[in-house]
Formats: sequence, C-alpha cells, structure tokens
Amino acid sequence: MTEFILNGNPAKLDAPAEMPLLWALRDVANLTGTKFGCGLAQCGACTVHVDGNPTRACITPLGSVAGKRVTTIEGLGAGSAEHAVQRAWQELNVPQCGYCQAGQLMSAAALLARNPAPADADIDAAMAGNLCRCGTYVRIRAAIHRAAQLARETAAGG
Amino acid sequence: MDGSRRDFLRLSLLGGGAMLLGIALPAAQAQTAAPPAPPPDPNLYVRIDPDNRITITTPRSEMGQGVRTSLAMLVAEELEADWRQVQVATLGLDARAGDQGTGGSNSVAGLYEPLRRIGASLRELLIAAAAARWQVPAGECAARDSVVTHARSQRSARYADLIEAAAKLTPNPAPALKPRAQWRLLGKPQTGKDCADIVHGRAGYGLDVRRPGQLYAQIERPRRFGARVASFDAQAALAVPGVKQVFALEPGPGNIAGGVAVVATSTWAAAQGRAKLAVQWNEQDAGSDDSAALAKAALTALDAEPAEAVNKVGDPDAVLAAAARVIRADYQLPFLAHATLEPQNATAQWSGDHLTVWAPTQFPGLAARGIAKALDIKPEQITLHITLLGGGFGRRINGDYAVEAALVARQAGAPVQVMWTREDDLRHDFYRPLAAHRFEACLDADGWPQALRHRQAGTPIGATYDRTGQRTFGAEEIEGAGNGFYRAPNRSSGYTALAARVPRGWWRAVHTTHASFAMECFIDELAAAAGKDALAYRLALIDTIPVPAPGQDSDYAFNPARMRACLRRAAELAGWGKPLPKGQALGLACAIDHRSYAALVLQVSLQERELRIHRATCVADCGLVINPDGARAQIEGGIVQGLSAALGEAVTLKDGAVVEGNFHQYRLLRLAQAPLHIDVQFIESDAVKLTGLGEPALPLAAPALANALHALTGKRLRELPLRWS
Ligand code: FES
Ligand code: FES
Repeated sequence: MTEFILNGNPAKLDAPAEMPLLWALRDVANLTGTKFGCGLAQCGACTVHVDGNPTRACITPLGSVAGKRVTTIEGLGAGSAEHAVQRAWQELNVPQCGYCQAGQLMSAAALLARNPAPADADIDAAMAGNLCRCGTYVRIRAAIHRAAQLARETAAGG
Repeated sequence: MDGSRRDFLRLSLLGGGAMLLGIALPAAQAQTAAPPAPPPDPNLYVRIDPDNRITITTPRSEMGQGVRTSLAMLVAEELEADWRQVQVATLGLDARAGDQGTGGSNSVAGLYEPLRRIGASLRELLIAAAAARWQVPAGECAARDSVVTHARSQRSARYADLIEAAAKLTPNPAPALKPRAQWRLLGKPQTGKDCADIVHGRAGYGLDVRRPGQLYAQIERPRRFGARVASFDAQAALAVPGVKQVFALEPGPGNIAGGVAVVATSTWAAAQGRAKLAVQWNEQDAGSDDSAALAKAALTALDAEPAEAVNKVGDPDAVLAAAARVIRADYQLPFLAHATLEPQNATAQWSGDHLTVWAPTQFPGLAARGIAKALDIKPEQITLHITLLGGGFGRRINGDYAVEAALVARQAGAPVQVMWTREDDLRHDFYRPLAAHRFEACLDADGWPQALRHRQAGTPIGATYDRTGQRTFGAEEIEGAGNGFYRAPNRSSGYTALAARVPRGWWRAVHTTHASFAMECFIDELAAAAGKDALAYRLALIDTIPVPAPGQDSDYAFNPARMRACLRRAAELAGWGKPLPKGQALGLACAIDHRSYAALVLQVSLQERELRIHRATCVADCGLVINPDGARAQIEGGIVQGLSAALGEAVTLKDGAVVEGNFHQYRLLRLAQAPLHIDVQFIESDAVKLTGLGEPALPLAAPALANALHALTGKRLRELPLRWS
C-alpha cells in the first residue's frame, strides 16, 4: 500500500512498491491519460510531475512516491482554468495521433514552471526526452512559446 | 446485417427521442473476386439528439491524420450543422460499410462525394419537413447551424424537432451540393475534434480500454522469425503474484508469430511472469536473415540482368553501350520499423460464443478475417470496435495483435488486453523493405538524358502475403523510380526480388520512401554532370510518363504542369538561387505519391558536423484542401518522419532476428533535430479530382536533405540513414 497525493487528492494504491508508477496509475488507479511508449525512459510518453519535477513514470517505483505530490495529465489544469500549455496546444492544433502529447504537455508545463520565457535552446533541452512519431515538433516548439505568452498575459491580467 | 440493402436513408427512433440516421449508399460497382477493389462507398450514421447535438460517425480509423475531423466536416458542411455542436465517433466493423480499410491517403479522396451527398440529402429532408409543417414552399426555407428557418414568417425549428417528420419523407439520392463559394467549413482551418480530449488525457486509445474484470497479457514471441515454442517454465511464471495463466500460442492466421502468453492481473505482473518463462525454441524452421548480407546481395544483383523486366522504351542498353560517358549511381536503403508510439495491442472479451474486440486497427475487415480463420468462427460472431490509434503509418493494416487478443481471451475465459512492449513492437513489425537502386544514364551534347536505365533489387512487400511464388512484384516495387517522370527517349526498369523470412509491410508512402530517394538524388547528379541548375534541369525534363504508373488510372493521369507548378512555387518561396547566410545550402526534391504532387526545399547548415535544418518549404497539390490546418499538419509530419528515416532509422537483422529493441537503438528524430520552420502552401483547383495528403511529403525529405548536403559539402551520400564525417 502506497499513500501519496494524486492530482491534489490523498490516494492509497494497493500494489507492490516495486511496481512502476506508470502501471500503478494505469492499471490500479485507472488513470489512463499517462501513456506507455518504451518502458526505458527513452520516449517521455509516461511523463508525470512528482513534487513538480518532470518524471518518467515507467522507471519510477510506486513506493518511491510515498508522501509525495504526483500530478498526471488528468490533473494538469484541472478545475476551472486550463493550463497555459493546454490552451496553446489547442490554439495551434498541435496533436496528430495525440499519443505522445500527455508526456509532451507535462514536460512543457514543467519547463515553463522553471523558466517562464524559454528560448529555443531551452526548449530543445527540456523536450529532448519526448518523442513524437507523428512529427509535431515544429508545433510543439511554437506552442511552448505561445503558452509562455498566455501565462504572462494571465498573470498580468489577474 | 443485410449486406445487400439498397435503401439510401433509414431513420429509427432511439430511446429518449434521439434519432439515428442510417445511410446505406449503393456500392459503386459490383465486388469482384480479385484483385480487391478499392473500398466501395461506406455507410455512415448521423445521430441527432434531443438537445440538437449531432454525432457524425466516420467510417475510417483515426491515427493522427485527422479523418474524424475532415470526414465529419464533409457531412456537416452540407448538413448545415452547427460545427461547435458536432461530435465525432468511429464506426466499428460494419458489414454494410464495405472494406473499411484506412490507408493509401484515400479517406478524404474516396469519401469526398458520398459524405457530402449524405449531408445534403439529410438537409433537404429537414427543410422539407419544416416546409410541410409551416405549409410554405421548401424553397423559402433555409438551414443553418442545425436550425431550419422561414424568414418571411420568422419561424424556425431545430433539427431535433424536425427529424421525426423528416424520417417519413423519401430521401433524394442525388441532392444538389453546395457550390464551393458557399462553403462555411470546408477549406477553412478547423481544430481537430479530438484535440481537447487529447490535451486533458481523455482520448481513448487501444491500451486505454478497460473492461470489468479485465486481465492483462504479454506474449513472449520468438526472436527468430519462424521459430516455434519447444518448452517453457510455466511454474516459475505462475509463481509470480498476479499471474493467472500461462500457455503457448501457435503461429498462424493473421500473421501471428506465436509464442507463450502470460495472463495476469496487471501489465506489470504479466511482465514479471514473462521474465521467468525461460522459453526454449525449436528453430528448425527459423529464418537466418542477415540485413548486411541482404544489402550486399541486393547490390550484387544490380550487376546482373534483372529477374523481371518491368518496362522499356527505346533501346537504353544499346545507347548506353555506345555512350562515351555513363553516369552511374547506386542507392541503398535499410529495413524500417513503423514504431507507432502506441505499441501494438488489442482487448478481447467473449460472452458465450460471441467475441467483442477493441483494437487500434487500420483494417478492421482484415483483422476480423484473421480472427475468424484462427479461431474457426463466423464473421457474425465478431463485434469489432475501433479505438483511436496511437499512430498507424501502415503498421496497423495487419491485424495480428487482434488475432492474438481473441485467442488469449478465449483461453483465459476473461476480458484480456494483450499489450506489446516496445521490444515486441520493434522486433515483430512488418518492415519497410530493404532496397537497392541503380541508375545509369548518358547525356546528349546539351546535357539532357539520352538513356536512363533503372535496376532495383530488394525484398518485396507482396511476397509476405503471397507465398505461392507465382506472382511478380516488380511493377509495384519500382513505383517512383522505374516509372519516374523525367524525360529520356530510351529507358528501362527491372526488378530482382530477394528471398527473406522477415515480414514486410506498407510503411507510410510505401515504395516511394526508397524510390524517390534514388530518383531525386540521381536527377540532381545528372544536373550537376550537365552543369545545369537542379531546379531548371528538373523543370525542363518533367514530362508525361511513357510507362504505366501503378495506381494511376485515366482519372488520375500524371500532369506534368502540376508537378512543375509545385516545384516552381516551392523554389520561389525558399529563395532558390538567391544568396543564403554563410554556411547554408538548399536542396530540393519533388515527386508524385498517392496521386498527389509535392515539392520540398530544405535549407541546412553543418556546424561542427552538427546538422541544422533551418527551414523546410513544401508546396503540395492535392486538388482541393478540406481542412487546411490538418493538411498542413500532414505535410509537417511527413517531412519530419521522412527526416527521421533519413537521419537515424535502420532495422538490423542478425541470424534471423531483429537486433534493435528500444528507442536507444532504433533512433527516431527528436525535437532539436526537427526543422526550425516548416512553410507549407497548397496549389488548389477544383478542376481536378481531389487526392490525399497523408503520404506525399514524406518521400521528399531524404533526397532533399542529401541534395542539400551535397550542395554544402560537395559529397554525394547515397545510403540511408545518411552518414557524414
Ligand atoms: S514509457 Fe516512460 S519514457 Fe517511454
Ligand atoms: S502526436 Fe502521434 S506520437 Fe506525437
């Protein structure tokens, strides 16, 4: 049994501590938004936030998140306001098949949290671990710049 | 279902007052036994709920190419539906829908007329119902945003309130379609209908299917193609907590590889159990393919007379033999994997003798035929739902994963999801064939080709599916190279098939992924030999194709003017011939693929041998563009996937097995390597038939890049993936 905060709510998952967080989320908690692509920290599809840090859930044992805050795509921008990356992604119609996009969004959101105005090189570095087989990279880059702008506008407006 | 239905529209009342409109379009032509005809017109359903929401069910699989949006747009335009209130769904396998295969860039092209007719006839019915209710002429009524209005009397009615009356009217099978000038949706950029669900993690892919009591399975498949299970340690696997069952699967129908299935309460438990199997393989019938040896054999084959003479015009052999100088180049390309980011998977559930399958599949009919054969059941015992596909690219034409799920679920007696790991997926694909091309040419005094001889050798796709040894595959395999559109009075093409055990399949854009690399690099080489500009040389030589072009019927005859127009526009936009920043160069390529025309210019530099693609400029002509934003995305994605293959992808076979297991070995392009900008323009015309856009940009990326690198370094790279330094 592992206890942690999942998308803002206390959660208890009855699964072996060694089970990767990815499978605990998908098969035990039934949160299927976080995706499997490689199981080896090579593709980024499984990216979640653990205490705000972008983390590959496929190589993170469930037991290691005990007491921590885990945010998945379902918990990003949940509630009243969508996250700036979610707004920008829709504005620029980024997804093709969409399968990689949960991971892309989680990596992008973590980047913007540390660096509200990333340059192209910052984006290259932060997104290096996220593959997109459909080739949406050019739009991802543009959407991160756009999200940064949207976040600034929201901050200025509110 | 009665497959012979000829009624055009059929309405039925659902619970809660919703209306379901079933539309069966007559088949375009009688089905012939072989070869398989292109998909006949489909069925399609429009559902109007009491709250006036409209659900459009599309008869093609969504794999990122945007069909759920573009096909729904075709219906909604003519229906005058309120697009914001339109929801989309995917039609499951339906006997009335003909072959529902998704591929060949054919979804929008094939359904452009039928889907608009469906929307238009429903709109006419709704207007007629309103006119009758108000006792006014139908011609005075107008439909817009899911409401019919009569301006003169200021009356209006929502579609939901009209459909019951409309259902009693006789539909018009030949309704008037809206003129293009009145389009509100078509030709205007629309956000994907699945976009909001995707960015919130709500979109449902194959791996997201969850049934009550569902178990999770993995299958240990043979490393060597053709090996069979000899023995395994079931006890050790069953000792893992959560593992429920362990059993062997035979290779068989649906192209399944066989192996040992481990069924468990979670994906992780299945993986743990699988690791304990210690399977011993019977490798008596296993293949021993070696990709390096095959590549060599392909090159060697180019020295001999091709096994199959595919076409010939004039006497290229004599002209080349008499030539003072023959320009010759060999191009080599490896096997490729599809590497859809969602690995193969399917979920199956039996109740009594009825099977329900949820699968991310491009060809549900093929999957169902495989299931029926493997399990010896009738097609009517199978319900097949199509989930969203986390990428397709041709991999999911084969339905092997669905057959596996059906077999495993039957044995397990519970709903089961069969999941492939990345290693499973990379090692049991249907690979883009290995290919070698040789071009030989001689030029006349002005530098124009006098003779052009093409030879090709490789492992043909068709041999994976037709093992009779009776068929030849050259005519399809040489597409794009042996039937290129550059003028040469003497020309020929020949093909030599190499035997191999490794399964082959259709990889996005298919043959042109290697053929256009060879053709477009060689034409650059000829231009250089002639001392002419690569753009001007192409423009002067693009001509009608004097030899049969596969997949080209009279409706789609190659039009050199369209090819030249794409090339000219792309070159102009990219600043061809203008000064560039220091250390940068341009490369170009153009081709026709799946009946659409495209030209690409890449602007690149090498800094410390590190490649940077500053800009990609693509101009495409597919007739009309339905959703410009989605169309642009297909071009962008095609270019990036083509660059991925050009720069990093290769499948290695050793001793009959695939070496690469995960993305650290099978290297896909990453964000930093992608072009910084991609400019896309379309040349549109409604005077030609609409064609597809899912594939045509992809084959251009590798040759444009190789040509740019030549311009930059003076070095010709003729083997993919490209290696410099
Ligand atoms: S599934 Fe975790 S990085 Fe690929
Ligand atoms: S959108 Fe398909 S993998 Fe990224």
